[in-house]
Amino acid sequence: MNIAILTMASIRAGLDARQFSAVELTQAVLRFAEAENPKTNAYLCLSPERALAGAAAVDRKLAAGEDPGPLAGVPIAVKDVILTKGVKTTCASRLLENYIPPYDATAIERLEAAGGILLGKANCDEFAMGGSNENSAFGPVRNPVALDRVPGGSSGGSAAAVAQGTAVASLGSDTGGSVRQPASFCGVVGVTPTYGRVSRYGLVAFASSLDHIGPFGRSVDDAARLLQVIAGHDPMDSTSAFAAVPDYLAALADCDVKGMKLGLPVEYVQGLESETAKLISKAVSVLQGKGCEIVEITLPHTEYALACYYIICTAEASSNLARYDGVRFTTRAEADNLSGMYRNTRGSGFGAECKRRIMLGTYVLSQGYYDAYYKKAQCVRNLITQDFARAFAQVDAILAPVSPFPAFKLGEKVDDPLAMYLADIYTITGSLAGVPCMSVPCGTTAEGLPVGLQILCNHFEETKMFRLAKAYETAASSR
Amino acid sequence: MIFTDEQVRNVADLANLRLTDVEIKKMAVDLGAVVTYMKKLDSLDTTNVEPMAQVLYEAEETATLREDIERPTIPNADVVRSAAVSGGGYFKIPRVIER
Repeated sequence: MNIAILTMASIRAGLDARQFSAVELTQAVLRFAEAENPKTNAYLCLSPERALAGAAAVDRKLAAGEDPGPLAGVPIAVKDVILTKGVKTTCASRLLENYIPPYDATAIERLEAAGGILLGKANCDEFAMGGSNENSAFGPVRNPVALDRVPGGSSGGSAAAVAQGTAVASLGSDTGGSVRQPASFCGVVGVTPTYGRVSRYGLVAFASSLDHIGPFGRSVDDAARLLQVIAGHDPMDSTSAFAAVPDYLAALADCDVKGMKLGLPVEYVQGLESETAKLISKAVSVLQGKGCEIVEITLPHTEYALACYYIICTAEASSNLARYDGVRFTTRAEADNLSGMYRNTRGSGFGAECKRRIMLGTYVLSQGYYDAYYKKAQCVRNLITQDFARAFAQVDAILAPVSPFPAFKLGEKVDDPLAMYLADIYTITGSLAGVPCMSVPCGTTAEGLPVGLQILCNHFEETKMFRLAKAYETAASSR
Repeated sequence: MIFTDEQVRNVADLANLRLTDVEIKKMAVDLGAVVTYMKKLDSLDTTNVEPMAQVLYEAEETATLREDIERPTIPNADVVRSAAVSGGGYFKIPRVIER
């Protein structure tokens, strides 16, 4: 059994044919992850007890002839900003170094109820803030494709584990591109569903109006199967949507995309490196070859999106991170009085990027500046969302790059926050509009670095997005 | 936009963050660069545009309300277990009222 190329379908076939048990598979993947993880630092910790208990439950169901669930035996890595009862959840921060959550996130409950195996917690940027995974308090993640390069961020560990083969699928979170960008850097599929499609109960909040939980897989099928399980309304998250969840996999059985109209935004050329541009236009022609019609569209407020996003996300982050004050969560720095304790705890506990975002957010929300920054950004967000509404009145989907360039070298951008923020230019617009979007691998550069094609659809049109992605994946792999 | 050390200190106070002198110098530069970039929005006229706090969908106004019935919560002991300092089922903080 080659662990690094397992798929959900091959695991299920193996279990049904009794080639291996879920426990045997889990043990093998745990051994593999233990041996391979030092190369990338993708996992912050493995959770063997919980994984093996889950696997044993799957085996019992199989032996009793019961349905073990759609994710039976599938080893899954979970970004360490998603709460797992009894399993340490650090958010890659010193502040939560020893935090053991008292409950499970809804997404975790659902994936385990479907037979999925919680293999361990994946490294990420501290509190999901960053685009390179270099902001983890527990060391950066290395890109398994090129170990001197970043895996992207903030869900870098989730993407790297799937690319490295130490997990078959994973969960990440995406606020401004944190699933799609690492997926593109590591050459895996990463999905940001419609805002509200997946419950965030138990996702540690960064920017509440933008946070999503999203799946990673090595194929469109696997990512869709994981989304299928975690999607749907949850009374514990008041922003979770009531809309029924379609059967994504049934829709993927037929990937005829003939006649679909796909838009290419004329604005999405800023800073785009030529090799990435070439791979994207090659991918576009593949879909054209499948009978899609390609048209130019305009998203006129794109140039304002980045400023808008960084105002909203830092404002919301400064508010959400106020709770880490040395009282309720694990780490405290002592001082003579209460306010000194707050300041010392936060000053010594947060890393540089978190401090920067808390400061920016506090500034834009402070008295006299609220209207000029936060309210202004909320108006611009409305305009950006209207851009998408107009575009989707014309086209079925939008095709775009994920990142202007492939994975960069560790340390290359770490001292220039604005340069790092500018790399988010193609992913934040979809986040602001709350539309579903994904990255699907579309080839590699001459140096062998993966590039991702981004597909964006209208709210709740994940099915259409998956069909396009799979049509592309199938056509590209047969060439 | 240029931030003075004093301005950075004021924001840090509001944010309850203790910053070192070195951090304050670096923060002044970083905040200056990013806030200057944020000012790009000033050139856009948003006079008749509604601010958008959330991406919202058509739903009944009461959709997120539930019946007011008791339901299980997380046990107290499980919650205080992860606190920095706890005792008697409470979070403990430094003394705020002198006797």
